[in-house]
Amino acid sequence: MIGDVIAAILILAGVGFLALGVIGTARFPDYYSRTHAVAKAETLGMLLVFAGLLVTLRGGAGTAQLALIALFSFLVNPTATHALARVARRRGMTPWHKDDPR
Amino acid sequence: MIGTNPSSNVRTVSVLVVPFVLMFGIYVAAHGHYGPGGGFAGGVIAAVAVVVVRMIVPRTLSERFFPPSLALWLMIIGVGLYVGIALASLFLGGNLLDYDELPLPGDPAQQRYYGILLVEFGVLLGVCGAMVYIFDLLADVLSSSTGDVPQQPLSTSGDSSPASDAEASR
Repeated sequence: MIGDVIAAILILAGVGFLALGVIGTARFPDYYSRTHAVAKAETLGMLLVFAGLLVTLRGGAGTAQLALIALFSFLVNPTATHALARVARRRGMTPWHKDDPR
Repeated sequence: MIGTNPSSNVRTVSVLVVPFVLMFGIYVAAHGHYGPGGGFAGGVIAAVAVVVVRMIVPRTLSERFFPPSLALWLMIIGVGLYVGIALASLFLGGNLLDYDELPLPGDPAQQRYYGILLVEFGVLLGVCGAMVYIFDLLADVLSSSTGDVPQQPLSTSGDSSPASDAEASR
């Protein structure tokens, strides 16, 4: 019972962060800030959702797999967005400034 | 695209992750009987590991890890395993891919289990080889037609125009 409540709170918080990431991807003005929204919000949101699912499982079957998936998405998601932003930087994409048109 | 000077972050995380990606590909292929996945998905995941290595290290090193001719051989072996098992069960008196005619140990259920596992392994090898082969072909076309990504050092000022940098580095 109390575990379900904790799981629901964690998953809802995670979905909130994922929604923030989606809004940021749609609303931010340029490539770099969109990448930043995806990297931060989605990593935290995904980890929270996985934590909620782990609480739901209560150590049953699939706990180790879920924990490994969480660990590897925690490693790979920021690395992938870092690589994307770095390629854009190396190719010379200029960041958005305050007075530029959106 | 091929071996394009990745940052040390990308290099380190890729080195950490690539063995687990290969392992996960084999896991997905081995659980194809009674879970989501199968030989095709497992082969694609295993090929992703090779493609990641192709993208982060120079061409000579990545070809030592996985030679381009190996992709062709994997395709041949994979298709050969599949067709071989299919035709063997046909010639041993059953239908095409009728696993319990094969000389495998155990009762018919176990024979089908191992037969499906062997066929899935063939699909894994074939798909992995084909994916890497496609990637190599595309990479060859890309690097021979347009040249690789212009390698310019990261400038600290931040407002240099990209075109002049690319011209200066040539």
